[in-house]
Amino acid sequence: MSVARTWAVALAGVEGTVVEVEADLSAQVPDFRIIGLPDKALGEAVQRVHNACANSGLSLPRRRLTVNLSPASLPKQGSAFDVAIAIAALATEASMDAASVATTAHIGELGLDGRLRPVAGVLPAVLAASRAGIERVVVPYANRDEAALVSGMRVHGAVTLAEVARLHGADIEPPDAEPVSTAEPDAPAAVVPELAEVIGQRDAVDALVVAAAGGHHLLMSGPPGAGKTMLARRLPGILPELDEDAALTAASIRSLCGATVTTLSRVPPFEAPHHSASVAALVGGGSRLVRPGAIARASEGVLFLDEAAEFPLGALDALRQPLETGTIAIHRAGFTATFPARFQLVLASNPCPCGDYGVRGGTCTCAPATIRRYVGRLSGPLLDRIDIELAMTRVSVAHAAPGGGVTTTAARERVRGARARAEHRLRGTPWRVNAAVAGPWLRQGPLAPSPVVRRPLDAALQRGSLTLRGYDRVLRVAWTIADLAGRDRLELDDVGRALFLKKGAPV
Amino acid sequence: MAAKDDLGRAGEDRAARHLVQRGFEILDRNWRAPGGELDLVAARGAELVVVEVKTRRGDGYGDPLEAVDARKRSRLWRLALQWLSAHPDEARGRTLRIDAIGITGRDPGTARLEHLEDVR
Repeated sequence: MSVARTWAVALAGVEGTVVEVEADLSAQVPDFRIIGLPDKALGEAVQRVHNACANSGLSLPRRRLTVNLSPASLPKQGSAFDVAIAIAALATEASMDAASVATTAHIGELGLDGRLRPVAGVLPAVLAASRAGIERVVVPYANRDEAALVSGMRVHGAVTLAEVARLHGADIEPPDAEPVSTAEPDAPAAVVPELAEVIGQRDAVDALVVAAAGGHHLLMSGPPGAGKTMLARRLPGILPELDEDAALTAASIRSLCGATVTTLSRVPPFEAPHHSASVAALVGGGSRLVRPGAIARASEGVLFLDEAAEFPLGALDALRQPLETGTIAIHRAGFTATFPARFQLVLASNPCPCGDYGVRGGTCTCAPATIRRYVGRLSGPLLDRIDIELAMTRVSVAHAAPGGGVTTTAARERVRGARARAEHRLRGTPWRVNAAVAGPWLRQGPLAPSPVVRRPLDAALQRGSLTLRGYDRVLRVAWTIADLAGRDRLELDDVGRALFLKKGAPV
Repeated sequence: MAAKDDLGRAGEDRAARHLVQRGFEILDRNWRAPGGELDLVAARGAELVVVEVKTRRGDGYGDPLEAVDARKRSRLWRLALQWLSAHPDEARGRTLRIDAIGITGRDPGTARLEHLEDVR
């Protein structure tokens, strides 16, 4: 046989493309070349494959080997193609089962000693292979648990190249080799702190539950020490557990970041980038191998921007596209990497740079213009997307009595109930949570509120204190409040409470 | 003469015998020009073949044919064209190509011989 083929996967973001690896052996002076837009690391596969084969007791054909990575016009990066290249090259001459080679995807880097080394992004790669109809995959031993997360895939975790060749019927005795392990073990599931630890702040905890139940974006504004960060960190605990697809997406992004993934975490991810984060840190970047940024890592979970007004304006503006579309696209020469960006945004901000503006008993030392500029950083299109604006105050001694708080478990139960109710109401529509529902459906849809219920909203609209967009947002939050209360129709109380959450408490 | 030159000479003899057996006529051997040397020039009908012979005692340093790299091939083409202009009568009506013969073994007379036609 002079042409052999097998499969590998090229990744652009979390989207994988199945790549056919063809090796051709022609009667020419010995040479080994890889074509099909390889980058530097992939081009160096020639040397790794050469040495790995020699050190595994497998001899590469001594003629011209041409390995083509098809589709040839798609740029490919990284070292995860090594195993596929080696197996295709060996299969041109060695006695291997061509059908077995041609129906298997190979993912992994080769060491010079012939052992398979773990690579990043195995989970999205195996998912892509599975979607393309490939049913068997060979991955490095250290990545086998990660690959096994994809259901319906036969996974072989191989220690050495000889083991892979034997799998395809080559007559070789694999050596006893120590598997190459990943640098670090899987991080234990982060323990989400308990909601009952929040003392006082009954209103704020309620608002947090509303935000969780409706998927509403939330802005918390208050002086230092009011507990904004404390509350935000407890949000993932009261959100419903991730379903299979969402958990796979979140794990795929963790895998692309180079983290060790062995289990599917059902806890929504929580990302809290520092306020000095650049646009690239939030969006993701890199010249060839695009790494996901904080926005993508927060997908299916919570993106928390503490000290939101301190973020560079460019970084805040970068949030607008993902908030709008639920995806983030990074364009590079020759390809576009797309990451999911379905996150719930939580912003925390001080009322002014010194933090004491409007605080009872506090003395603000900021100039009025400074305060206006500080608050102004968050205005505009970003605030337009925030459904709940929560003004928080410090807890006074009178309210600081311990006990009596809502526990995480109880809050999660309420959130789950409300989400189920919303999903039932929204059946037959494209939406699943209240925050996503379009305005016209809220105002004129089958469950539009009666004029009596609408009255405070209409009044605010006529006064000009509420925009039409704000009107819709209040309706969305009102529905979430009704869901939490177990009501099937909007009532005056729901709208009143939603208005309060939108406009903030009078301090 | 150094041992490596003896080996190379023996290898070329073996290659020449191989070509003659296959119906080639040896037109020239060790033709020297300022740019280097052609090991063998042979012809068969309309084929005019410049042959580069590589002999190795073993494959501890890789396959002998690996030494015929792109740089060497372009030099062979340059030399071959020089040979053509120096021998217009023998070249007329023939198509030129370059072959490589690799010989691996202790005794070139019986060693493994590989003949690659039209290397490029």
